[in-house]
Amino acid sequence: MDLTPEEQRILAGENGEAARIAMAVLVDLGTVFGAERLIPVAQVHIDTTLYMVDAGVEFAERMAAAGGRFCVPASLNPAAVDLLHPERMRVPADLLENSRRLERAYLSMGAAPTWTCAPYQQGLIPRFGQQIAWAESNAIVFANSVIGARTNRYGDLMDICAAIVGKAPCFGLHLGPQRQADLVIDAAALPHSLRRDPAAYPLLGYVTGELAGDRIPAIVGIPADVPVRALKAFGAAAASSGAVGLFHMIGVTPEAGSLEMCTGGQKMEEIHVVTAEDLAEAAARLSDPDLRRPDLIVVGCPHYSYAEMTTLAGLLDGRRVHPDVACWAFTSRAVYGWMAESGLLRTLTDTGVTVFTDACPLQYPKSAWSFTAALSDSAKFANYCFSQTGLPSAIASLPECVETAVTGRHAPERSIWKRF
Amino acid sequence: MEKILKGSPVVSGRAFGVVLKSDLSISFWGGVDPRTGCIVDPRHDLFGRSVAGRVLAFPVGKGSSTGSLILLELTRVELAPAAIVTIHCEPILATGPIVIKHFYGQQIPVMTLSAQDFERLETGQRVIVDAVAGEIRFKIDKKSLS
Repeated sequence: MDLTPEEQRILAGENGEAARIAMAVLVDLGTVFGAERLIPVAQVHIDTTLYMVDAGVEFAERMAAAGGRFCVPASLNPAAVDLLHPERMRVPADLLENSRRLERAYLSMGAAPTWTCAPYQQGLIPRFGQQIAWAESNAIVFANSVIGARTNRYGDLMDICAAIVGKAPCFGLHLGPQRQADLVIDAAALPHSLRRDPAAYPLLGYVTGELAGDRIPAIVGIPADVPVRALKAFGAAAASSGAVGLFHMIGVTPEAGSLEMCTGGQKMEEIHVVTAEDLAEAAARLSDPDLRRPDLIVVGCPHYSYAEMTTLAGLLDGRRVHPDVACWAFTSRAVYGWMAESGLLRTLTDTGVTVFTDACPLQYPKSAWSFTAALSDSAKFANYCFSQTGLPSAIASLPECVETAVTGRHAPERSIWKRF
Repeated sequence: MEKILKGSPVVSGRAFGVVLKSDLSISFWGGVDPRTGCIVDPRHDLFGRSVAGRVLAFPVGKGSSTGSLILLELTRVELAPAAIVTIHCEPILATGPIVIKHFYGQQIPVMTLSAQDFERLETGQRVIVDAVAGEIRFKIDKKSLS
């Protein structure tokens, strides 16, 4: 790689040991993937925040102790637990202490305590065309696709290195010509009412990820006024069933005013027509068929926005959550603060909903709770639920999740998927 | 006689070990238990096998951003594979061994092979992975030649 004199000095250790390690990692990664140089990034989103193994704590603490400081704005993905309300989540002392060690290390290096997997909803939001280095698969795909910022699918540890150096190796999705579509997903055959239903989008995303793998899909047939909430659910699903880092939605996302615009005029050889049956089959793959009495309802994977919390409260409409059911809603502490100020938090908690901040619904302390089955409106949650929590789970629309929260009963035979 | 497979070094280094091979992709997060080094995905053909000290061969990495962190932990607890051989290497798979090299000063050489040469690797072979010269060397006994 072609390094500037300043980059060479950092690599030689002149800016300290943490910067030397960080630069060496970026240079090696760039060399592997054919990058000719490093490019400055405007901001970094760090995924190595969830306490899982001790190596993560050791890396963050040693980089901080070795003088590591973030030289660009850095936001943080969720912690393993609710750092503001650990007692509400019944967090064991050792898990809390390990999470606090990560918190201290990142804040000492200069990170903003965002603790959210949806950093694009508040705080440090990139602009169109901006070069960034983000980790967290749903955030990466949202930033690339919906905003038009540019990042590769970066992994844990690399994110910390990029924030310390303020640069990333220039390859892949950082480069315009590498952002063209590889295949077409045709959603125009779906019934109009389904294309206007936000509940269709996590399933359409799940199917798209399975078809695209690590390639870039262009989706046609989506209404121009599709809500952001649907795009967020679509991307999170596509980045969990596949390795999708960027999608183009024709007439919706900024690099796809037309199909030609995102294909570079190339004729697309691979076109997949998606039908309502395909979505129903995806829902079936993501659902335990015997699930009738879930005792955990999860929304907020990825973290809910203020608007989504308002929708949740509207659907509950003052009805109380069934005593046999826990209804958990996850969000950032920023949104939580707005909810507390406006009274929305009180409205939701009065119905029996528990609102958690900072945390990941897949990482709650399992041994402190005795749930038997989970229901969620998220394809990402449904995809990882069994492997991460051991609970059987199913996916449903948000209105269905709310009805189940109130009645304690889930009726998949009455699912919206049976009506198309 | 000795067989030499030519490949491309991704992360340099040299290692000697016994091959553990799968034709399925591996996600280190959710797929390998960082406390035991064993493959814990019940849908995987290597389910229950330990990756520790092995030359781990699989066609492509997949999955979450956290895979690189799991490999760092396996190194910390001395249960990491001796080397990784793959056909297609993506950034998340490469990040783990690169960070291990600079943070722990240890080597997990990573090499890519063509799909055709990858086929020649078998679980149980004792091989030398030379991700400096870009070679994997192993002995073939005369019986298997006939």
